[in-house]
Amino acid sequence: MDFDWLFLAEIVLAGLGAGGLYALTGLAFVMIYKATRVVNLAIGEMLMIGAYLCFGLATAMNMPMWLAILVAVIGSGVAGATLERVAIRPMLGESPISVFMVTVGLASILVGVVELIWTSEPRRLPEFMPSAPVMIGEAFVPPKVFYGFLVAAVLIGVALAVFRFWRGGVALRATASDQQAAYSMGINVPKVFSLSWTVAAMIAAIAGVIVGAVGGISSTMGVFGLSVLVVVIVGGLDSVLGALVAGLFIGVVESLAGGFLGGEFKLLATFMILIVVLLVRPYGLFGTHEIERL
Amino acid sequence: MRIGTARSSYRHDESLFDSRTQHGWLAVLAVALLGFPFLADEYWLYLACLVAINIASTTGLNILTGYTGLVSLGQAAFMGIGAYTVAALEQKLGTPVLLNLLAGGFVAMLGGLVVGLPSLRVKGLYLAIATIAASVVLHFVFANWHAVTGGHSGITVAPAEILGVSFDTSFRLYWLFVPITILMVLGAANLFRTRIGRAFIAIRDRDISAEVLGIPLLRYKLLSFGLSSFYAGVAGGMWAYFFRVVTPESFPLIMSIFFLAAVIVGGMGTILGAILGAIFMTMVPEALKLIVGWLPLSADATLILSPVRTIVFGALIVGFLVFEPLGLQEIWRRIRRFFHLWPFRA
Repeated sequence: MDFDWLFLAEIVLAGLGAGGLYALTGLAFVMIYKATRVVNLAIGEMLMIGAYLCFGLATAMNMPMWLAILVAVIGSGVAGATLERVAIRPMLGESPISVFMVTVGLASILVGVVELIWTSEPRRLPEFMPSAPVMIGEAFVPPKVFYGFLVAAVLIGVALAVFRFWRGGVALRATASDQQAAYSMGINVPKVFSLSWTVAAMIAAIAGVIVGAVGGISSTMGVFGLSVLVVVIVGGLDSVLGALVAGLFIGVVESLAGGFLGGEFKLLATFMILIVVLLVRPYGLFGTHEIERL
Repeated sequence: MRIGTARSSYRHDESLFDSRTQHGWLAVLAVALLGFPFLADEYWLYLACLVAINIASTTGLNILTGYTGLVSLGQAAFMGIGAYTVAALEQKLGTPVLLNLLAGGFVAMLGGLVVGLPSLRVKGLYLAIATIAASVVLHFVFANWHAVTGGHSGITVAPAEILGVSFDTSFRLYWLFVPITILMVLGAANLFRTRIGRAFIAIRDRDISAEVLGIPLLRYKLLSFGLSSFYAGVAGGMWAYFFRVVTPESFPLIMSIFFLAAVIVGGMGTILGAILGAIFMTMVPEALKLIVGWLPLSADATLILSPVRTIVFGALIVGFLVFEPLGLQEIWRRIRRFFHLWPFRA
């Protein structure tokens, strides 16, 4: 039997498309982790809030889609800043485990709020992406996946440029590398915390809108966050490059497992990779190897 | 510092409950536990059994997370191992109930040892995420190992039967579950008065220091994982006899979060905390149901119940961590302190 190369190519391309979204969300995660050392399990739920805000604005208030997305992204940013101020800031200096559990609680609250307002029924976002089929060579790529990937790639580029050149981005990197030194250089560290949560929530909201446009939105969308968790662990919690590489990698692996073995193998495959990485390189492919001192 | 508890003998000094007041209250508790099934209706007995199962599992997780400082989000999956072992034994071999429960505990323990292996290399959050991975893998095994687990449709379990008595109502199961849970809680309470338990605490406080002091980290971390999952396995076995059907969806990740939340809300690293936390977290959804029932709401009141529950669940975790990190146990201690010299001191 001849191996179906075209099928493989299509699956890999679809995987890269999903991987772009993983990379984008992973970037939001890494940003929060670098600046505030918080492992944010609620990232999937922040994605969901963004998607639902957009859905609510577009359907209930009849906004045009571009405006709805814009307002939803800003709204998510405000929500992110609020979460940081209300729930994360008071935990400053507590053990990382406690802060982690706070984000678990936040995730639960966000799911509840969404179910309260929009019920737990799955919804569809209004169409807003071009629907003409996209062909790369001979392989067919679903248009939503293709444009989703493009948006993700552009956004990642913008985010990286902002990190590099904007004052706030530099402050963020300074805080990440040494909090005390950043403080003494006159950087307002609490403000950086709030900035990182705001920007991360905005990035997550955009990712959420794209994920929602591709696969529909529901209150269990937060499961996406589990895959993102795998992505950032594989890439290294504090490495932007790691999140990007691992995002694409996990996307492709998940797509291959789903395409050749069946849907139920998707999560299994990613978590198997996670276990192997944890055993071989616990700090991830590109993460900083922390040395513990007494 | 408590006063009025001068110890005059080593036996007294070593006893688990050392004051008259404690003995008095324990007697009251024993009477209450014995009398409860005769006074309560079916609904409250159902809740009591559920609370007993949750206390057993929460106490197990408390050994691992509260005392050894290893965070696990796999407790529900270990309960699943126990439940499936019990269900399969009951269905295929028909072995005695207590043996099944023990076997469930030991098989879960083996699973815990395997999952615990990475704990030497990774710790903290990485370990928590490794246990999430373990529960994903276990869920896959439950759903796809048809020969033993019956796939997605799961296994139906016959009622437990000891010496010809069939434990098919909550009233009867109460007499099976509560003694087992009490035994397990007492076992845990005594564990922390031994070398092993103290080694766990040393590891929690600083694992490198503990190793320097001569505590073999791998052995004790694995032991802690094993004990904790043994508790989960027995609790899972009881769960199987209680709900009488075991499916892969019976033990979701949210259930592991529930147990971790119970440990946190109750107070990490105290026996009483695990008990209070398990009772509290089990009762809150029921209390909510009552409150929503009382409120003058329209017919769709049940629709908002589930989201409100989810919100309250999350808010409890966040609220306790932010405002009362030591948990219910600390609130209880404050109340007790207040009454200790009452009414002679304001």
